[in-house]
Amino acid sequence: MVRLARGYVRSPAVAEEVAQDAWLGLLRGLDRFEGRSSLRTWLFRIVVNRAISTGLRERQHLPVADSELGDESGRFSQDGWWVAPPVHWADEAVDRMVAPEVAARVHQLVEELPPAQRQVVTLRDVEGMPSADVCSVLGISEGNQRVLLHRARARIRQHLEQEAVW
Amino acid sequence: MTIRPAKPDAHDITCRQAVALMTDYLDDALGPDDHALIEAHLAECESCAEHLRQIRITVAVTGRIREEDLNPAAREDLMDLYRRWRRDRDITEP
Repeated sequence: MVRLARGYVRSPAVAEEVAQDAWLGLLRGLDRFEGRSSLRTWLFRIVVNRAISTGLRERQHLPVADSELGDESGRFSQDGWWVAPPVHWADEAVDRMVAPEVAARVHQLVEELPPAQRQVVTLRDVEGMPSADVCSVLGISEGNQRVLLHRARARIRQHLEQEAVW
Repeated sequence: MTIRPAKPDAHDITCRQAVALMTDYLDDALGPDDHALIEAHLAECESCAEHLRQIRITVAVTGRIREEDLNPAAREDLMDLYRRWRRDRDITEP
């Protein structure tokens, strides 16, 4: 499935996301399956449809050069030191962490994440599931899981900073 | 043969590398050498230390989302998968 998705999207990590997303799509739509094709064919069709739409979305964004860093890569010089060092807000944020409007905004941000990132961050950080369990449940490698988690947390962190919800 | 300095120095890794390794660091998934490198870097680099604090806050705030706040269909899909996986695991590993 990942190989199939690779034909449509640029990066292996995104292809893995597409494949994983297709499994969820299959589970959700299982009762609509009419048996006109084999289940395998149907699953592969879901992969292709999702890969095509993901591939289109991918082209609308700039390709991410450093798959580990995602949106953060622009904050460093070519040598790897901070160009845009973090603005300090962690200490002030501690007091505001329990504010309901902060939780509401983070909830919204989680919903807006790409599906694979949303699944991983939901299981890990919302449900508090251990890493090994999340990998087994979603059928992804530890490494891939951490890349997805890293990106999801980075994006949420970035929004919290930009919107100064504190 | 390469000889490692006894104590890692803050500049053995760049800020970019430190940030890229932070999720692994928080998961305790780094080997002892990398773990020591990032600790040495964090002890010296206030910007990276602040970034780590912000990630910890992000994780804590995300953990405060109540279960019922999440999209019920998406959540059910995931919990269904999890329950099935737990059941299968318990059957194969008595």
